[in-house]
Amino acid sequence: MPSLKDVKRKIGGIKKTRQITKAMNMVAASRLRGCQLRSEAFRPYAKKFGEVLGSLAERAGEGSSPLLAPREEVQKARVVICTSDRGLCGGFNANLTGAVEDLLEGELAGKEVSFVCFGKKGRDWARKEKKEIAARHLGVVGGRFPFAVASKAGQELISAFLSGSVDEVYVVYAEFRSMSRQVPVVQKVLPIPPIPKEGTEEKAGFMAEHLCEPSASALLGSLLPKNVFVQIYKALLETSASEHAARMTAMDNATKACNDMLDELTLAYNKARQAAITKELMDIVGGAEALKG
Amino acid sequence: MADKTDLIHLEVVTPEKTVVSEDVQTVVGPGSEGEFGVLTGHTPFLTTLKIGSLRYKDKGGADRCVFINGGFAEVLPRKVTVLAESAERRRDIDLTRAKAALERAKKRLETKGDDLDYERVHDSLLRAQTRLSLAESRARSAMQ
Repeated sequence: MPSLKDVKRKIGGIKKTRQITKAMNMVAASRLRGCQLRSEAFRPYAKKFGEVLGSLAERAGEGSSPLLAPREEVQKARVVICTSDRGLCGGFNANLTGAVEDLLEGELAGKEVSFVCFGKKGRDWARKEKKEIAARHLGVVGGRFPFAVASKAGQELISAFLSGSVDEVYVVYAEFRSMSRQVPVVQKVLPIPPIPKEGTEEKAGFMAEHLCEPSASALLGSLLPKNVFVQIYKALLETSASEHAARMTAMDNATKACNDMLDELTLAYNKARQAAITKELMDIVGGAEALKG
Repeated sequence: MADKTDLIHLEVVTPEKTVVSEDVQTVVGPGSEGEFGVLTGHTPFLTTLKIGSLRYKDKGGADRCVFINGGFAEVLPRKVTVLAESAERRRDIDLTRAKAALERAKKRLETKGDDLDYERVHDSLLRAQTRLSLAESRARSAMQ
């Protein structure tokens, strides 16, 4: 039976922990809002970009750019892992690195794989597993970052791909499905997978009237690298939002656990206090009885 | 004052935000094959843009300028959409940053290492110069 003082100290400690987890929950909530606003701001660009790219791809035909051509034999691959810089967000980073491990054992088994790490947790993982790290970018995920971060990283990937030092590039990121669901997603960015064509015929006919300056295939050639940047930027935005959502959930659970423990401990404390009082009373009554005798 | 039907809807969108979204009278853009002007009823066309300034006359007939850091534009009879990696209105240009970028680029050209990425330095030089000249033109028009 722990003494009264011990229980009291423990209650105090847990209260402090609860204060921290509550505060972290609120901070994550406000950061999440910021991330969602940025995703919102990105949507018009992404939408228009996809439309134009789709209709151009249809007109120019494929095989027109080296970025579209798959390599015959894939020996070297590069994986871009987007993780958070900080922990205390539940299984968020473990899920992401788990997805990378699956990728390594599955599609990329027996290939030479190097990594580009966004986020400290991904870098730590790559270090621990003794993987080759081609580039690392810390302090990006979860904060405010300009598009230039994505385009710079994308440019490096493209030059590595074109020079033949890598044959395939994958991006692993956490897709933000809802507040309680963030799913690790593996996406191939290079060679660029076949672009979905604009669906409706009416629309295709509409775009077909466009004059292009320079030619459609030259335009496509200049848009394709940007497509890689757009994908990376999107992956980073999604991962940031997911990180904050995951942290909110984790901190919410921690706060709940603190409340449960506090309830239990308060009960134990009160019981112990009551027992002590009863015992003292018994002693006093016993003493008085003895004196009377 | 132009008739409502003569207006074109201009949108300048970057990944980070929508910079311009309004009805305008005319647009002149920095196409990679030369400048192009757009009035309402223009043939649909697509073009890449180089680093430069996009000028337009707004509803009231005032001249406006937007700095465009490359990208592409889609022109439709009643709508112009510009997708740029970054863009800012003339009044939002950060002068000190542009000046610092200009100095940096110049210094890099002078030192001329073997690993000089000429294209990149050229681009950043051009960006800085365009920004500065735009900002200066704003100061001039304010004086008059």
